[in-house]
Amino acid sequence: MNKPELLVTPKSVSHVEALLEAGADAFLIGEEKFGLRLAGEFTLEDVKTITTLVHAAGKKVYVAMNAIFHNDRVPLLAPYMKAIDEIGVDAIYFGDPAVVMTKRELDSKTPLHWDAETIATNWFQANYWGKRGATRAYLARELGVEEIIEIKENADVEIEVQVHGMTCMFQSKRPLLGNYFLYQGKAMEVENRKEARNMFLYDKERGNKYPIYEDYNGTHIYSPADMCIIDELEELFEANIDVFRIEGVLHEEAYIVTVVEQYRKAIDAYFENEDTYIDMKEELVEAIEAIQPALRPMDTGFFFKETVY
Amino acid sequence: MATIEINNRISEIIDGKRVITKKPELLAPAGNLEKLKIAVHYGADAVFIGGQEFGLRSNAGNFSIDEMREGVEFANKYGAKIYVTTNIFAHNDNMDGLEDYLMAIEGTGVTGIIVADPLIIETCREVAPKLEIHLSTQQSLSNWKAVQYWKDEGLNRVVLARETGAEEIKLMKENVDIEIESFVHGAMCIAYSGRCVLSNHMTARDSNRGGCCQSCRWDYDLYAVEDGEEKPLFEQGDEAFAMSPKDLNLIESIPKIIELGIDSMKVEGRMKSIHYIATVVTVYRKVMDAYCADPENFVVKKEWIEELAKCANRETDSSFFEGEPGFEQQMFGTHSKQTTYDFCGMVLDYDEETQMITLQQRNYFKPGDEVEFFGPNIENFRVVVEEIFDEKGNSLDAARHPLEIVRFKCPHKVNSYDMMRKEMR
Repeated sequence: MNKPELLVTPKSVSHVEALLEAGADAFLIGEEKFGLRLAGEFTLEDVKTITTLVHAAGKKVYVAMNAIFHNDRVPLLAPYMKAIDEIGVDAIYFGDPAVVMTKRELDSKTPLHWDAETIATNWFQANYWGKRGATRAYLARELGVEEIIEIKENADVEIEVQVHGMTCMFQSKRPLLGNYFLYQGKAMEVENRKEARNMFLYDKERGNKYPIYEDYNGTHIYSPADMCIIDELEELFEANIDVFRIEGVLHEEAYIVTVVEQYRKAIDAYFENEDTYIDMKEELVEAIEAIQPALRPMDTGFFFKETVY
Repeated sequence: MATIEINNRISEIIDGKRVITKKPELLAPAGNLEKLKIAVHYGADAVFIGGQEFGLRSNAGNFSIDEMREGVEFANKYGAKIYVTTNIFAHNDNMDGLEDYLMAIEGTGVTGIIVADPLIIETCREVAPKLEIHLSTQQSLSNWKAVQYWKDEGLNRVVLARETGAEEIKLMKENVDIEIESFVHGAMCIAYSGRCVLSNHMTARDSNRGGCCQSCRWDYDLYAVEDGEEKPLFEQGDEAFAMSPKDLNLIESIPKIIELGIDSMKVEGRMKSIHYIATVVTVYRKVMDAYCADPENFVVKKEWIEELAKCANRETDSSFFEGEPGFEQQMFGTHSKQTTYDFCGMVLDYDEETQMITLQQRNYFKPGDEVEFFGPNIENFRVVVEEIFDEKGNSLDAARHPLEIVRFKCPHKVNSYDMMRKEMR
């Protein structure tokens, strides 16, 4: 059994430093022109700075190119990938096959990690993209723990799963917030709130609140609860899941740091002795509950929830 | 330059007149065998259907293997093709039975399958190599380089993301030599298809395995959090936040679609009625044929647009094909509009000597009602219904029972499969 890599999406360069301190093993960064729903916005200059910083600590840096690209962005893919190659990051996250094509054309040596969000649902797909250059697959969040384990047992690539944070459940190309304001005749709101990430949709019937925001890639809607499975990690350890992801998007820097610290403790404790981890669970959960925003309940996502169809 | 090349490919000058020689395929949906037959009879070049597994509309009627075979036999008589949607994103436990299923589909003689999951693509190639493979819109295919990827992978056709516009499709056609299928009519997903799991989170139904419960059509209230306070971004009496898109309708864009060299024009709606399918297919057929026969003198007739509206249950719009949608392309406050016409019956037979129609009833009508007939081989006409008889010749005060066989006199000739509708007042 190997310790899983603890991956986090940071919000800023200084945040990366704090997260290294907190025990993160890997960082996924990038900019919204190429990457989806990142916690922070990082220019190529930032990527360079962070790579130096993180590599000096012996840890990993990945850049997101996992957007759904339209023709207008296709000419930008090769220059961006070349720049990333030169910086020497450890991998590129992708969902759109245009990135695979670009890698072939450039003969880029930077490995690919397959990240097609909601559609990454079985081991065959993971291996399919493995044959086309991916060394890792980031699984859909709508999978049960049994499904995740079966995927890992059959996968030829590393398997990454989200263990904490918000999950995206919807992406539209349309500016749905802006459209609503325009419909209401509030053109000013569009300007005022375009960059704001403090809005949510209230679902009266279910009493749920779904965070929502707009960016270059369209409109994104998030789950009503934050995933937290810090006290349910045994099966993932036993299955040798390669990467645990902590999703930082829409959370405060300090919150993400504390969460990373707790997962770091959990992983280290388990690999020291399973009982140490079990004894520690309550304390880990309490530490997160203490800082959990009032608006965000916690749940275990789809780990123990089946869907029908 | 590129545009000229495309023009050369799709048209020829015959007797000094430009004629379109590369007509796109008109592709219609069918939720069951009856709908398939209607779609083909009304002029669809191809029909897409769902099987009982691996497809995305769990609620649609869907076809057994035997029904697929019967559908193929019927379609063959018209030279029409059948495609089977197998476009779920599989979970591990959906993998069992896939090989047998694909082999069975191949055995029915259908032309191809519409697929999103590489698992099904690769398995199909191995066990059912005679089937064409078309990439589903569930892959959200939005750029020419990704189109090139699927071409290199050996796929026969790609269905584009609904978010692609005419200019984007043009560039794809110029850069990649592969068949392109594009939606022209019907309901839209507001999200990138495949990238929405609202149903999973709200109702534990897996949208990418056919369980979508259309949570995007519900109403929500929009709030902002400011200094820890939840502040509503709407006022008393304002319409709720909604994401319901208007339906797609590209009837007026048909010339542009044809000139772009798009290979297949897809009508959405496996859940729709035979009246809907018949109406939409007839109109698109007429417009496509009219344009192809004489593109230079083509004009969109008002009657075509009015005819299409007779089966619409939502407002319609032309985006994304004709441009990025704004708020006018969404529906706030209203979710559907009342249909303006009732489908009253389908013609089973017409006796020219006695001028008696034999009709299968689908909705209430009575003597004195003004009704309209339409069909693939007749011009629409209206008549007032005279005395109605049942099968035994008894006079009826009204045709009340669904699927009841009734007869009445009509001075205009009609054909089997022609339909009768009545304006709602």
